[in-house]
Amino acid sequence: MGGGFADSLRTAWALVTGFDARLAEIVGLSLGVSGTACALAAGFGMAAGAWLAVVRFPGHRAIVAALNTLLALPSVVVGLVVYLLLSRSGPLGAWGILFTPRAMVVAQTILVLPVVAALTRQLIADAWRGNGEQLRSMGAGTAASAGLLLLHERLALVTVLLTAFGRAISEVGAVMIVGGNIEGVTRVMTTAIALETSKGDLPLALGLGIVLLGLVGAINGAIALVQRRQGAHAQAVGK
Amino acid sequence: MKRRIWIAGVLLAWAGVTLAQERFIVMASTTSTEQSGLFAHLLPAFKAASGIDVRVVALGTGQALDAARRGDADVVFVHDTVAEEKFVAEGFATKRLPVMYNDFVLVGPRADPAGVKGNDIAAALAKLAGQGAPFISRGDKSGTHAAELRFWKMANLDVAASPPKGYQACGCGMGPALNIAASTNAYALTDRGTWLNFRNRADLAIIVQGDSRLFNPYGVMVVNPARHPHVKAALAQAFADWVVSSAGQASIAAYKIGGEPVFFPSAN
Amino acid sequence: MSAALIEVKTGTVRFGALTALADVNFALRAGERVALVGANGSGKTTLLRLLHGQLAHEGERRALVDAQGREPAQAMVFQRPFLLRLSVWHNLMVALWLARVPRAQRAAQAELALRRVGLADQRDRPARVLSGGQQQRLALARAWAVRPRVLFLDEPTASLDPGAKREVEQLIAEFAQEGMAVVMSTHNLGQAKRLATRVVYLEGGRVIVDLPTADFFNQSLPDAAAAFVKGELGWPA
Repeated sequence: MGGGFADSLRTAWALVTGFDARLAEIVGLSLGVSGTACALAAGFGMAAGAWLAVVRFPGHRAIVAALNTLLALPSVVVGLVVYLLLSRSGPLGAWGILFTPRAMVVAQTILVLPVVAALTRQLIADAWRGNGEQLRSMGAGTAASAGLLLLHERLALVTVLLTAFGRAISEVGAVMIVGGNIEGVTRVMTTAIALETSKGDLPLALGLGIVLLGLVGAINGAIALVQRRQGAHAQAVGK
Repeated sequence: MKRRIWIAGVLLAWAGVTLAQERFIVMASTTSTEQSGLFAHLLPAFKAASGIDVRVVALGTGQALDAARRGDADVVFVHDTVAEEKFVAEGFATKRLPVMYNDFVLVGPRADPAGVKGNDIAAALAKLAGQGAPFISRGDKSGTHAAELRFWKMANLDVAASPPKGYQACGCGMGPALNIAASTNAYALTDRGTWLNFRNRADLAIIVQGDSRLFNPYGVMVVNPARHPHVKAALAQAFADWVVSSAGQASIAAYKIGGEPVFFPSAN
Repeated sequence: MSAALIEVKTGTVRFGALTALADVNFALRAGERVALVGANGSGKTTLLRLLHGQLAHEGERRALVDAQGREPAQAMVFQRPFLLRLSVWHNLMVALWLARVPRAQRAAQAELALRRVGLADQRDRPARVLSGGQQQRLALARAWAVRPRVLFLDEPTASLDPGAKREVEQLIAEFAQEGMAVVMSTHNLGQAKRLATRVVYLEGGRVIVDLPTADFFNQSLPDAAAAFVKGELGWPA
């Protein structure tokens, strides 16, 4: 297996330095689909998460528990549900977006929305617990409190978004089912790896995997940098 | 210069997310056909002739036909005559056009411990079962799987009711099944196209080939617009007509792996 | 006797099984500067929050409303102020926005408030890098900017060094002179003596003593209160 791994490293290096046009297309589509999904999930997810953090109503605890459960939503399940929705025989068939990148964006948005919402809720709830009273004393209602706390915690929210992006770009179940892994149209990094693996071209599959790992590694590096900046800043202030 | 192509490629793909409009059809086909590499050879020729892009969604035969029944594909290109004729009978296509055939081969450990080498598939399978030799089945409703079940039947074995010792179904595509066979030194039935392209052979080699019953016919069907009005019937028909025309058939015959033809044109 | 600005009658506050405040009667009039004193857990903070209208309670809480049915403007300063991760200036602007001050007037009010507490030169710095004393002055600026008729303070100098403590007490005294009614909880009796017109001693969620300052420190008090005063005054104020 050692030889196989060395082969893969060589293949990965050749792929990246050779600026293979097809690889560029695949990487670009991966970034585009997952990036768009995260942007959409960010909008709705952060609003929903912050709102949940500052309100209380009967059944609130049940909703939070359900949200935290959705964190572990399997991507294949999301893929299947979205496929059935978008199929021509399904309720949203008229949209005609199955087997296109748009369907992939829809599926990944649904997948990471709970991630963004649950993590945001946790973050904002912690901030609210300590400081909610002071905000209310100043006259802040629900919407104002949620918005101000989101602004207050913006650095930590960047971490949340990067986490969601990592989840999106490394999943394969949803995009495979709703995208169809069509060459040049809906093939992304993860589905390309799955294809090459099933063709038995393991060095190429592993090579692609190393490229994807590099991408995800860069993202996690960015998270760490942001957190360090936050930590250093907090230290300077003596918090 | 290459770096510019890279950047352009990334930006173009990004733009592609917003969906450029072009003439295209969606074709549901099988993983084994796609992995044989035929489409990479055939479809550019069709596009040059017609300007139509064919987007291939590769699934198992059963899934491909189901996707077409749901109206999610415009044309179907699979290799399971019985299932295809049922599809036509159900009214999802008006007819099936024969296009080409390839053949199946039985692969297994080079040393052939079960001693089944030859050109009679039924005899080979009967002997495999008797020896309890390991055999990997796709078990995924695919055309290959359907063919495999027919061959077992020819050997008078009902593998669903009483699987022979050593019989394992993986519910997976051709490539993954071969991966498993390669790592466990088992026998498996595969189409020649996938085998010629398969890189991870380990100790596997072709053990049985040449039996005329191993021939694997492919057919093309345009999804019936009467059942699914949104289907791009005209464009799909253009593809069907081209692939059975002399130009399409020649293109099929010209496709070779390692100098060997993989598919044999058979349109009337 | 002018009408009470804010009044509580038989006010009781429970948090689950705990009774934080029991059967309290208290009325705040314009011009008063009240110090709430007592040990930790005696109910000082709870009474403050109740007067400010922030708590569910049993009994009655009434405020003097104007022609439009609005309560008198109130603001509260906490021991550790919650400042947003924004500049000093923007923290003030947010407070003005929350108080629904018309947009056209906000900048002017913010400027005035900053100057009032002596933080004009800090306006663009991140609020959270300010010293403890400066942060508390910002909190006071935030309160002052919305022109409260009643200012509540919950142990406002407990976390500050002596110099900052003096600055903050000075500001509180000046605000009171400008006409704000002040209710302040403190465990520093010297502070109560310096700033308050009236001292209220709480214990176990009840008001035990409620007297004008001079009387509070001269009269013989009930035993527990006397012990508290003695114990507290043992430390230099």
